[in-house]
Amino acid sequence: MIKNVASPLSDKEIEGLRSGDRVLVTGIIYTARDAAHKRMVEALDRGEGLPFDIKGQTIYYTGPSPPRPGRVIGSAGPTTSSRMDLYTPRLIEEGLRGMIGKGGRSPEVKEAMKRYRAIYFAAIGGAGALLSSSIENSEVIAYEDLGAEAIRLLEVKDFPAIVANDIHGGDIYEEGRAIYRRKVV
Amino acid sequence: MIRDIGAETITKTVARLFQEANFDLGEDVLDSLGRALEAEESPLGRDVLEQILENARIAKEERIPLCQDCGTAVVFLEVGQDVHITGENLYAAIEEGVRKGYEEGFLRKSIVTRPFSSRTNTNDNTPPVIHTRITDGDRLRIRVMPKGGGSENTIHLAMLKPSEGRRGIVEFVVRVVEEVGGNPCPPTIVGIGIGGTAEKAMTMAKEALLRKVGEPNPEPEVAELEAEILKRVNDLGIGPQGLGGRITALAVHAEVFPTHIASLPVAVNLQCHSARHKEAVL
Repeated sequence: MIKNVASPLSDKEIEGLRSGDRVLVTGIIYTARDAAHKRMVEALDRGEGLPFDIKGQTIYYTGPSPPRPGRVIGSAGPTTSSRMDLYTPRLIEEGLRGMIGKGGRSPEVKEAMKRYRAIYFAAIGGAGALLSSSIENSEVIAYEDLGAEAIRLLEVKDFPAIVANDIHGGDIYEEGRAIYRRKVV
Repeated sequence: MIRDIGAETITKTVARLFQEANFDLGEDVLDSLGRALEAEESPLGRDVLEQILENARIAKEERIPLCQDCGTAVVFLEVGQDVHITGENLYAAIEEGVRKGYEEGFLRKSIVTRPFSSRTNTNDNTPPVIHTRITDGDRLRIRVMPKGGGSENTIHLAMLKPSEGRRGIVEFVVRVVEEVGGNPCPPTIVGIGIGGTAEKAMTMAKEALLRKVGEPNPEPEVAELEAEILKRVNDLGIGPQGLGGRITALAVHAEVFPTHIASLPVAVNLQCHSARHKEAVL
């Protein structure tokens, strides 16, 4: 079964999601990766605000390739989430509720997710051409000088992902591996 | 007899190859992914593999990069010693080809200068990383490999003790694959360089990734090692994208080279499922 999820995310929606669920995300998401995360957390450290209201929002870890003329966006798949782990608990404290990326997260991120009730989705790494077809609009809203790493507001429709970490402690990276692991004899 | 090759021809070829590599996944990779789909037991894993195959179809038809990470431009050159490059310097010609290919193809430019300070994007994906070998004859073989950052970040090197031997190699490679889990975008191709010096092992591990997927090393004892490591890696259960499953790696490719009496270097270079490379012989 595939669940439809609206972003920004509601408490009720997050509550109902379990690791391993296949979802289609529709609504607004923001892109940010390494350089944008560093800048956002540095801004918070200086007591400044973030370039967008992060409360309830979803961040997609991606740096898209340039669009061909007439297209909304280029290839736009997820990058490795663990590089954002250092900055993520801080953003979750500020109100971030959803993340889309690939690969496992640190214990600190998982703890923050449980505490502040945030959810982490895995999208398929290396499927940027396919995923770009679910992106209907893209607009750079901050840090334009970062190019591919700028913060973009994306409107997505039926963006395919899998719940990787839920607020109940579920973790598909651990659970999936446990099912298919074969002991060495 | 000395044979002339014009620098502009090299530039044009490099520009074309990097675009083709980013849009058009090789038949060997597609076949291997197709077999993985048949063998995979995990429903999520099968779903992932289906989407990866669909992604390849869209990328080819619409000339959209297979992955937004269009890589560091890695180039392996085999220069026949009877080749004479006319016009620009060979490396300058390749660099110009990278610049042209990434611009024309709407490929992402991912290279930054000053890695630990300003990290400023060069905006044309240069400089490339070029490996050169001088060979017999009057041909120039150019193999290009856009190498993604996510998989490159999972590379490991071990300088094992000779006493650790074959078993030490197997355990090290399996441990690396286990540790990095879903990060290098499995199913991967596991490139291994054994012997030489540290940097020789690293280069072999990368070059091994250019082999046709699943083609065994011609030396039987190396081919056996590849088969054993592949089985062990696929027993880890990591699966496509790390979400659990039978297919963690599509293949293991190992290369070996003589080494020092004190040493047993082993390098592991994981290639994501988007195993992009193209070649031309001029």
